[in-house]
Amino acid sequence: MATKHEQPPVHELRPTTQEPIPERFIPTPTIEPGHSFATITDHISTIVLRRKTPFGWFIGFLIALGGVGLLTVSMTMLIGKGVGIWGINHPVGWGMDIINFVWWIGIGHAGTLISAILLLLRQEWRTSINRFAEAMTLFAVASAGLYPALHTGRPWFDYWLFPYPNTMGLWPQFRSPLMWDVFAVSTYATVSALFWYVGLIPDLATLRDRATSLPVKRIYGLFALGWRGSAKHWHRYEHAYLLLAGLSTPLVLSVHTIVSFDFAVAQLPGWHATFFPPYFVAGAVFAGFAMVLTLAIPARKFFKLEDFITMRHLENMGKVLLATGLIVAYAYAMEWFYGLYSGNVFETYMLRNRATGPYAGMYAALWICNGLAPQLMWFKRFRTSPFWLFVVAMFVNVGMWLERFVIIPASLHRDFLPSSWGMYSGTFWDWSFYIGSIGLFFALLFLFLRFLPMISIFEMRTLLPEAQAHAEHEEH
Amino acid sequence: MSDQKTLSFSEFRARIGDSRGKEFWRSLEDLSRSEVFDEFMHQEFPQQALPLDKGVDRRSFVKLMGASVAMAGLAACRQPAEAIVPYVNMPENLIPGKPIFFATAMPLGGVAHGVLVESHLNRPTKIEGNPEHPTTIGASDLFMQASVLGLYDPDRSQVVRRLGDTATWGEFLGALQPVLNAAKTDGAGLRILTGTVTSPSLGAQLQGLLTQYPGMKWHQWEAVSRDNAREGSRIAFGRYVNTHYDFKKANVVVAIGSDFLDEGAGHLRYARDFMSRRKVRAGEAQSMNRLYAIESGISNTGSVADHRIGVKPSQIHEMAHALMTGQSSNPVLAAAIKDLQANRGAGVVIVGDEQPAIVHAYAHVINSRLGNIGTTVLVTDSIEVAPINQTESLKELVADMNSGAVKALIVLGGNPVFDAPADLKFQAAYDKVPFKVHQSLYYDETSHRSNWHIPDVHYLETWGDARAHDGTVSIIQPLIAPLYNGRSHYETLGALIGGLDQTPYQAVRSYWFSRGATEQSWRQWLHDGVVANSALPATAVSAALSIDVAPAAAQPGIELELRHDPTIYDGRFANNGWLQELPKPQSKVTWDNVVVVGPKTAEKIGYAVDEREKLVNAKETRFVDVTYRGVSLRLPIWVVPGHTEDVATLYFGYGREKGGRIANGIGFNTYPMRFSNALHGGPGAQIAMSETAPRIYKVACTQEHQSIDPKDVGERGIIRAASFEGYKENPKFAQDPHHGSDVAGHGSESMYPEWDYSKKHAWAMVIDTSICTGCNGCVIACQAENNIAIVGKDEVVRERELHWLRIDRYYRGDVENPEVFHQPVPCMQCENAPCEPVCPVEATSHSEDGLNDMTYNRCVGTRYCSNNCPYKVRRFNFFHYSDYDTPALKAMRNPDVTVRTRGVMEKCTYCVQRVNAAKIEAEKQNRRVRDGEVITACQQACPTEAIVFGDMNDPKSKVAQLKAQPTNYALLEELQTRPRTTYLATIRNPHPDLATAHKADSGHEAH
Repeated sequence: MATKHEQPPVHELRPTTQEPIPERFIPTPTIEPGHSFATITDHISTIVLRRKTPFGWFIGFLIALGGVGLLTVSMTMLIGKGVGIWGINHPVGWGMDIINFVWWIGIGHAGTLISAILLLLRQEWRTSINRFAEAMTLFAVASAGLYPALHTGRPWFDYWLFPYPNTMGLWPQFRSPLMWDVFAVSTYATVSALFWYVGLIPDLATLRDRATSLPVKRIYGLFALGWRGSAKHWHRYEHAYLLLAGLSTPLVLSVHTIVSFDFAVAQLPGWHATFFPPYFVAGAVFAGFAMVLTLAIPARKFFKLEDFITMRHLENMGKVLLATGLIVAYAYAMEWFYGLYSGNVFETYMLRNRATGPYAGMYAALWICNGLAPQLMWFKRFRTSPFWLFVVAMFVNVGMWLERFVIIPASLHRDFLPSSWGMYSGTFWDWSFYIGSIGLFFALLFLFLRFLPMISIFEMRTLLPEAQAHAEHEEH
Repeated sequence: MSDQKTLSFSEFRARIGDSRGKEFWRSLEDLSRSEVFDEFMHQEFPQQALPLDKGVDRRSFVKLMGASVAMAGLAACRQPAEAIVPYVNMPENLIPGKPIFFATAMPLGGVAHGVLVESHLNRPTKIEGNPEHPTTIGASDLFMQASVLGLYDPDRSQVVRRLGDTATWGEFLGALQPVLNAAKTDGAGLRILTGTVTSPSLGAQLQGLLTQYPGMKWHQWEAVSRDNAREGSRIAFGRYVNTHYDFKKANVVVAIGSDFLDEGAGHLRYARDFMSRRKVRAGEAQSMNRLYAIESGISNTGSVADHRIGVKPSQIHEMAHALMTGQSSNPVLAAAIKDLQANRGAGVVIVGDEQPAIVHAYAHVINSRLGNIGTTVLVTDSIEVAPINQTESLKELVADMNSGAVKALIVLGGNPVFDAPADLKFQAAYDKVPFKVHQSLYYDETSHRSNWHIPDVHYLETWGDARAHDGTVSIIQPLIAPLYNGRSHYETLGALIGGLDQTPYQAVRSYWFSRGATEQSWRQWLHDGVVANSALPATAVSAALSIDVAPAAAQPGIELELRHDPTIYDGRFANNGWLQELPKPQSKVTWDNVVVVGPKTAEKIGYAVDEREKLVNAKETRFVDVTYRGVSLRLPIWVVPGHTEDVATLYFGYGREKGGRIANGIGFNTYPMRFSNALHGGPGAQIAMSETAPRIYKVACTQEHQSIDPKDVGERGIIRAASFEGYKENPKFAQDPHHGSDVAGHGSESMYPEWDYSKKHAWAMVIDTSICTGCNGCVIACQAENNIAIVGKDEVVRERELHWLRIDRYYRGDVENPEVFHQPVPCMQCENAPCEPVCPVEATSHSEDGLNDMTYNRCVGTRYCSNNCPYKVRRFNFFHYSDYDTPALKAMRNPDVTVRTRGVMEKCTYCVQRVNAAKIEAEKQNRRVRDGEVITACQQACPTEAIVFGDMNDPKSKVAQLKAQPTNYALLEELQTRPRTTYLATIRNPHPDLATAHKADSGHEAH
């Protein structure tokens, strides 16, 4: 049984002093004291297997399903009538379709970052949030994928973007960033799904073993792929998982880099900038962590998981938010520097138009959401308050959407020849598609929360002091 | 139905089976009138079982007719049972896929515009100007270009109607007989109302009718009135004469309220001649004519003038008077006087039709005194058969109708119920006439009020003749049998005369054969499109004022200026989608008429600049209440820089109620403000912001941003301009070092190797912005040639118009009298095209001769190419805009150009179908394509020859020579796109004395 006084091993390695360690040097634990292997397994698996589905879940799922219904109607309209139902027009060829695509893809970055990079960097605090973040990534990528697939004028010919052997003897155009997008996003979706599923296998086996009814046993058993937990299994598993983590790591950087090429490769003022790749990656991590916070804070409360998703997790995520937020703000500032330093009339006008043009309000809101709001994270008081963290995360969610709005339509709407200038605003169908994709995201998330362990059971167990002691013993 | 007989398909087919083409339509008409047809309709389409008896509205009728056509079409899908025989000898020249060109003429306002019609297997598909014709000299304007759509318009009237019910020609003749019998004695009570008639043969027929019925009266009315011009000539010459001008010889032109470059008889010719004196080319004799424009609203002519004086309409009289007396305190007018006097015999003073008669007379006197008559100004007999004061003529008719003196009125063409001056109350008078016949292309406002309606024929469907602006006669020959059962005016007049069996062909032919035509000359005339040497001879006359009116003092307050709409004319083209969607020259508004005012006036009445800019950005504007002589109209306001302050310009022609599916319910009817003694408006109007809801109106404007002032948008180098003096000092003014290398092309910074065109063609275009008048002829020619769909007002509001070629219009300087620049923008066909590498499926690619080809059926529609195009010349089919369903429109399309589907990007191709046709022809003859062999549609239409196309690889080609000009520059050349389309900088010729005072920046303004 763990007791309150046991500390993580890192402290055990230090020479003991007479003086008690001051409180502020003791990190907040990644798992609340008082848990054993059994309690962790119980606590997480009962959410799936035993506990009665809470009423709130049904309400939430129904609302999300309503969103899916709206999405279905919107998609039917879109395919039936054409992309003209959206607000796009001649100077502004891309509108909310691509804004939302980039927004969702950005959100989808946290999962891989947490799972892969933090795993490789041995940031063990990631354990309690990685499953959740990976699921979020998958669902965000699913929502994102809808946009490029359906925003084309003739979506039934989308498969022409894939290099498949055909009687026409035609390849896609390999110079086009959209072509690169196809590879980047589909690779990312595949590896994320694989990574998530492989990580789930031991837990699926746990659920299989603990399930009481036969059909449930069968279903979990099917997906557990015969996992018995033998040492051989664990050995292979660890290797596979590490390999996948290694594979995913470059993807974190590549996906949004390539998404940023959609813009950086074009010659439009406001798009054509060399710093777009790092700027976009930082923005994606920023957005991803904000979304993890947005989801984890209510979920933690609702499913009473405060013991596992502790204040330390939240605080760390707050710190990541601050760091990436500063990078993003730096990029915004650099846009001005490049534009003004270049002396290029089109760049200069683009910046002037951002700040004082018809979309100046959105640009100001962007600075407030992404530039100012994260500055609260400098203060421990805000960093350790779930309420303030949630507020800041919401600001960032909105801010990142605004950022894409400012980049895409606000750059397109006034480019080189004043004669072609125009305006852009979303129509009902733009918004219904967006709300529908949010509905899809939440519907999938609700299903995930109900039917799969939202926290990795077996990895949580490794956080326990017993496991640590065991591990250390082995190493000697 | 008592008769329970049902009609089977085979019987149905048998009934119409023998008919083909024209007869086919006729038999449908007969079928549709049978009870069996009704029964059949009920059985086949129970959900559409509208009774076809009385009370069926026109729309349902058209629907049902559509259904019957669809059914009847089934017969066409099958091989006939009878033996059929193919051609043994192919008709000469009829090769499928090869168009044939026929010369004919389009009358507008009675005046012939000679055209060449492209015909594919007897379907007219495209109109070009006839190079032999004195008015069109190979060029064409928007009305000519759009007339081909007018021909196929499915909303055209298709049946004879008696009080709205379908009837037949025979029934009409039957009904006409008692009326004629009653008029037998002398014809009193019988009236004919026509438009302006210049047709000699129709004139002869009318004269014949007048002899037959001496009591009969013939009235004429055109809403686009030329009465002032007629009366002005009578004041100056004592009789109605026709004047036309030779601008090739004119060094100085003063246009008084005249848009002679863009409207009125002969404008294409005038534009060509006038602009031929403004082509400044290095290495050629350097001289330029000079144009002064005195006007209220800003016309296309005014927009290209070297000096423009904006005055209120009431001040024009005074200005003209000052010009005549030769004394003016206005420095610009004084300079004009000096210039005119220095160029005796080489100047023109031309007055617009809207200006008072006395101003026309002054102009004649000035021209006469300066010795211009006989050199630059040619005076001939009137080209009209019977020139009259049409307003007076119409007034007389209305008075007679009201008094009951008119027993029968035959209206041939026109739409007087809609377009007669409001104070005449034409409709009320018309209703009093017991027997009214209206012959027109549409079942329109006048038709609805008539006892009988006869569908008219389009000029492409019938025989006829008409005179050009100089009197040259053209024989109108049909390209196609009447599509919709129409009758020509010859037939209707023939019915009155009694010669029932005379076809239009016989009427025209017999007229000319009785005047010395031979079979050989007839064939020659038809071939050439003109009757040789039929121009009216210029007479040596001198003008003197028979009466004079002292100029009135300038009127305070707002003045109303009433003009016909620039694209739909007096309303007759309101159902033509191409013309509706064509941006109006200065306002760039489509699908609507707006009240145009100047910027200061707008502010004065409470339309602040901030509010305006915000609304215009969202394609909206405010409503204003315009009041004139007690008539108040609520109209959307529109501000045009340079429009004279305190002048509200209204356009008439909109607000049709019975004009067809496109025409109905759009725009605002401003005819209620037209009075017979003030046809063109006058002082004493009020204009106030309307506060009743809704205050906001959506306006489909295609260009909201028009300023190129550096303080607004920075130095973009889009328009490069200089004065003629400035050009002479520095011919390379357009080659500004700030804007990249010159176009000759040494500055490529690409890592990729250059394309090699040395063994192939390198198609290129040069557009001379100096001589572009912004007339829109090219835009609509492109639309006609390339099957470009219209998208409708709502879609234009969403900025989705599909025009491949647009005319950008920019302003620089003072908003009250800015410099105006027109810049036609087709695809630039860049060497380093930004659109090409970004397409993920390679739907747009570089051709071997350097075109950016668009492969429609490969396009998935990502729109990335459009985003990356700095010129924004790519157009996307956001919806399925092309009409795939209307059968009539299928016949209209150019078979050489794909009709695009939804979700596909499209853009200017340099008329690649014409390029390839020429290449194939050249290959057959084993030679290179010659310079001038490929003419793009825009180039062909352009009256001023501002657009030149050709092979840049051929150093002797015109286009290569123009590219070597020092004024040649590329749009946005610093982007290294290396466009194939380049521009020649604008050169204007302000008076040297005024250049410093009036346009201080005109010297070196290569911005």
